[in-house]
Amino acid sequence: MLKKRIIPCLDVREGRVVKGINFVDITDAGDPVEMAKFYDKEGADELVFLDITASHEKRDTMIEVVRQTAKQVFIPFTVGGGIKTIEDMRNILRAGADKVSINSPAILNKNLITQGAKIFGSQCMVVAIDAKKNDEGIYEAYINGGRINTGLEVISWAKEAEAYGAGEILLTSMDRDGTKDGYDLELTKLVSEAVSIPVIASGGVGNLEHLYDGLVEGKAQAALAASIFHYGTYSIREAKKYLIDKGVDIRW
Amino acid sequence: MIGIIDYGRGNISSVETALEKGGFENITTDDHELLRKCDGLILPGVGAFKDGMQDLERRGLIPIIKEAVALGKPLLGICLGLHLLFEVGEEDGESAGLGILEGRVERLTTTLKIPHIGWNDLRIVSPSPLLDGIEDGDNFYFVHSYQAHPVDRSVISAICDYGQEIVAVVSHNNVFGVQFHPEKSSTKGMVLIQNFGRLVSKWS
Repeated sequence: MLKKRIIPCLDVREGRVVKGINFVDITDAGDPVEMAKFYDKEGADELVFLDITASHEKRDTMIEVVRQTAKQVFIPFTVGGGIKTIEDMRNILRAGADKVSINSPAILNKNLITQGAKIFGSQCMVVAIDAKKNDEGIYEAYINGGRINTGLEVISWAKEAEAYGAGEILLTSMDRDGTKDGYDLELTKLVSEAVSIPVIASGGVGNLEHLYDGLVEGKAQAALAASIFHYGTYSIREAKKYLIDKGVDIRW
Repeated sequence: MIGIIDYGRGNISSVETALEKGGFENITTDDHELLRKCDGLILPGVGAFKDGMQDLERRGLIPIIKEAVALGKPLLGICLGLHLLFEVGEEDGESAGLGILEGRVERLTTTLKIPHIGWNDLRIVSPSPLLDGIEDGDNFYFVHSYQAHPVDRSVISAICDYGQEIVAVVSHNNVFGVQFHPEKSSTKGMVLIQNFGRLVSKWS
């Protein structure tokens, strides 16, 4: 049967990994390609690169990272951050990425999802949603790195994104991101049950039980995490062993 | 020399690299003469059946592929490339495929989420030289909404379960197809690509 996926996420600025990890067998913890190779070897099912390069002129560095990664890493990887146009998507996918993730541009111009899906296939189009609960208990979608509240209700936006041609939803809880309190399970479950495309849970993982909760209680198809892997709190192998022992269907 | 057929269908750099890693010379091209000189062909691809066939036709590649098969050269179809080996695709209205294998390509009927995206484990149902070193339970990366239904079930080498039976690997003499992406399936995928490389070396 289909396996649940464990996905480490790497933040990349101007071609270098931010929050690089310190493992003995990595010669250069700032090199995204080295890190990607390491995670592939460790058994990661997929990778996400988030390009947080601020200046537009330096964005080409990401293309080179993608090109090198595609040459050396043989698991699927997604690139997000700074992708605004069909041309941006084409450049990233041509360089060898398997999927692109778009957030603000998808909300500002929903047809972009449809166009991208038509040209590259739905399987390439990941729509990232940054969700935050308001005072009335309703989840709203934020853009521009969480600075602008669009007022869009998250569940209906996720359904809409699917209808526009998204192949997957990368769902981040802004309330939980960086807290290590675990995924927002209510949010994850609501969206997972509302759409028929896979949902990747993100934001808040602090221990292995959180991964289990997101995949089982939250019903996500994939669990994304950053710091618990980067800082070596847990290895991918440990995480997978834990999940398998608890009966989750995971690739070993 | 292995020819990777270029018909404008997506990302193939990983296929090239996997072959290079195994020490197999390869070239990605749509040039008829270059492809004719190759000892084996790979038909990669993502996207829609109809578009794929149109692109092959536009570049005059259909007779090149059929000629290679008739000469006994190994051919490997990956994902859409596997689908195109069959007679008919039903995506976007019916359209004719290469017809190298008998059968139709139809949308998945599973009640689970479509597309079938992610790692799934194989069950080997009949031996194939493409699967040397691959065992039951080994995982490969799938991304698809359609699948092939061979008329002759004896061509099926491996299946997987996704709320319905998925035909994962087909083998018929020198013709092979895989529904998953070996170039994205880490070490096991590499084993499979190298098996194909060896079949080509044996032919030449």
